[in-house]
Amino acid sequence: MSALRLLAGRDLRSGSESLAEHVGRLGPLPHPGSDLIETLVSSGLSGRGGADFPVGLKWRAAASGPRGSAVVVANGAEGEPHSRKDRLLMTCRPHLVLDGAFLAARAIRAKEVILYIGEHHQSSRVAMERALAERTGYERGQVRLFAAPARYVAGDSSAAVHAVASGVALPTTRKAASAMVQNVETLAHVALIARSGVPSGTLLATVAGAVAHPGVIEIESNRTLGEALSIAGGVTEPARAILLGGYFGSWLELQRALDLRLDPLELKAAGLSLGCGVIGVLPQSRCAVCETAGIMRYLAGESSAQCGPCYFGLRALADSCSRIAYEGANPLDIGRLQRWAKDVAGRGGCRHPDGAVRFLRSALETFAPEFAHHPAHSARRTA
Amino acid sequence: MSREHHLVVDRIKCDGRGLCAEILPERIHLDEWGYPIVAAGPIPDHLMALAQRAVEDCPVLALALARAENGKRPRR
Amino acid sequence: MVILGLLSTMRVEGAGWPRFLVTGLHRNLALMTLVFLTLHIVTAVVDPFTHLGWAAAVIPFSSYYRTLWLGLGVIAFELLVAIVVTSLVRGLLGQRTWRAIHWLTYAAWPIGVIHGVGTGTDVWSLWLIVLTVLCVSAVVITAAFRLFAGPFDPLSPARSAFRGSLDRDEAP
Repeated sequence: MSALRLLAGRDLRSGSESLAEHVGRLGPLPHPGSDLIETLVSSGLSGRGGADFPVGLKWRAAASGPRGSAVVVANGAEGEPHSRKDRLLMTCRPHLVLDGAFLAARAIRAKEVILYIGEHHQSSRVAMERALAERTGYERGQVRLFAAPARYVAGDSSAAVHAVASGVALPTTRKAASAMVQNVETLAHVALIARSGVPSGTLLATVAGAVAHPGVIEIESNRTLGEALSIAGGVTEPARAILLGGYFGSWLELQRALDLRLDPLELKAAGLSLGCGVIGVLPQSRCAVCETAGIMRYLAGESSAQCGPCYFGLRALADSCSRIAYEGANPLDIGRLQRWAKDVAGRGGCRHPDGAVRFLRSALETFAPEFAHHPAHSARRTA
Repeated sequence: MSREHHLVVDRIKCDGRGLCAEILPERIHLDEWGYPIVAAGPIPDHLMALAQRAVEDCPVLALALARAENGKRPRR
Repeated sequence: MVILGLLSTMRVEGAGWPRFLVTGLHRNLALMTLVFLTLHIVTAVVDPFTHLGWAAAVIPFSSYYRTLWLGLGVIAFELLVAIVVTSLVRGLLGQRTWRAIHWLTYAAWPIGVIHGVGTGTDVWSLWLIVLTVLCVSAVVITAAFRLFAGPFDPLSPARSAFRGSLDRDEAP
């Protein structure tokens, strides 16, 4: 592991790291040798956008495509409601993201770099534009900014490609034109690896919920979830469970969660994933069933309504959860949840229903007693 | 060389018209919202003709026959 | 046959009438129509009374005999050929192209009807009038249903709403 870190350097509250500071801290952008891709493969770096796909393999595949026709999409849409890491990275360390994007463009012989930034993330957009202004004319000429709509599925890779190609951020099943989509944090890691030859061994996570200092942390991947919570100031009240990976992640019993290491391979072996990097702490004072129902309603509402099983299935699942939440537990709805979850998973045009079902199944497992005995909560509303 | 064929649905094109389930009920049935659930696994030889008919008859060309390859995950 | 096509789009389902039967019938009738139409054209051309050459059958408005009405018939016939041929190779053309050409049915059919009314060699007997009126009404009524009955795709309203929300002029 190298000593380089994404967020070291200028205080995060005092604005963006300028090009001079960036180069002063890390050295100039190295010219990527033909071995950058192999370095990425052996580094084991996996994507930080949610799918954990091995970065080196992705670049190798993209590099073997037709010459000069590829586009690099730096995905900073960050549609996950509690996630803040991509925004922070773009606002405070824009040159890391730009470096990674330009390295990608050179490695796969892409002609263009698209910065896909959430339409409401003004400070990120402004920071990236200012950082671009500090770069060379050639680099500026390669880049185009594109505003991602503030919808959950807009951050899906196929939606990003479709948005850039046709203006509409809808997930699609059509073969992606030769575009390579990479999360902005992943690109930042590449920028570090290109200089030191090895990964930083750190990752960014957004800690949310019942902790003293919710927000973005940079933490070594061989440390535990429990340590991540400590860095975020520790839990502020007794916690019921941890949500690992945001709304497409999994609920975990607290005791099991605390000792889990954040290493992507270890998590994968346990059937888990850090996903988009959101770690949520659910306090005992909040109702797990109501929280789950609220999130399911949100996910159902974020379906792009292109595929029947997703649109109708998630709505039915959300309705069932809500019935349990508002009217109390009943065996019929539990049965429905299990049946529909099985029917819906894998039958959409993108991963949206799969993520929602994964989330729901983890809730049914971790909160089994709550779901079985939930009283009516007619006055209770989740945030 | 394996000659296995799988039925694959383009979920975005699929409109829930239901002709496929009528033609090949042995492999396709409809969920409660009218969308096809395709049984996993290759199409047996004696059903291939019907499978091809289902592919041709789909009003929106959402159904296709794909040859199984390593690593290809035909979605159900 | 036009009615069957309309019913297909409207996802009409009868007891014991699977949808593939509606589309299958539609397809077979279309091919049959083309056969009968060809017969009709051939018999009209070889009829010694009309002095039509083969050219008149394929080039619109090129006959001396009832130029306008025959010309319309030729147009209707050629549209129909295009529609049927593209349907046979729909897999190669892709759905969008096929659909665009198939919409020409809404032109081909009325042109064909007008041709029939204009060139009728029979004296206008009662049964012919009744038949024509019945056919035309049936198609018009079914088409009206298609036009005014709202979306047949249950996802359509939600899909449009979502696409609308992607419009960046909207605040969340």
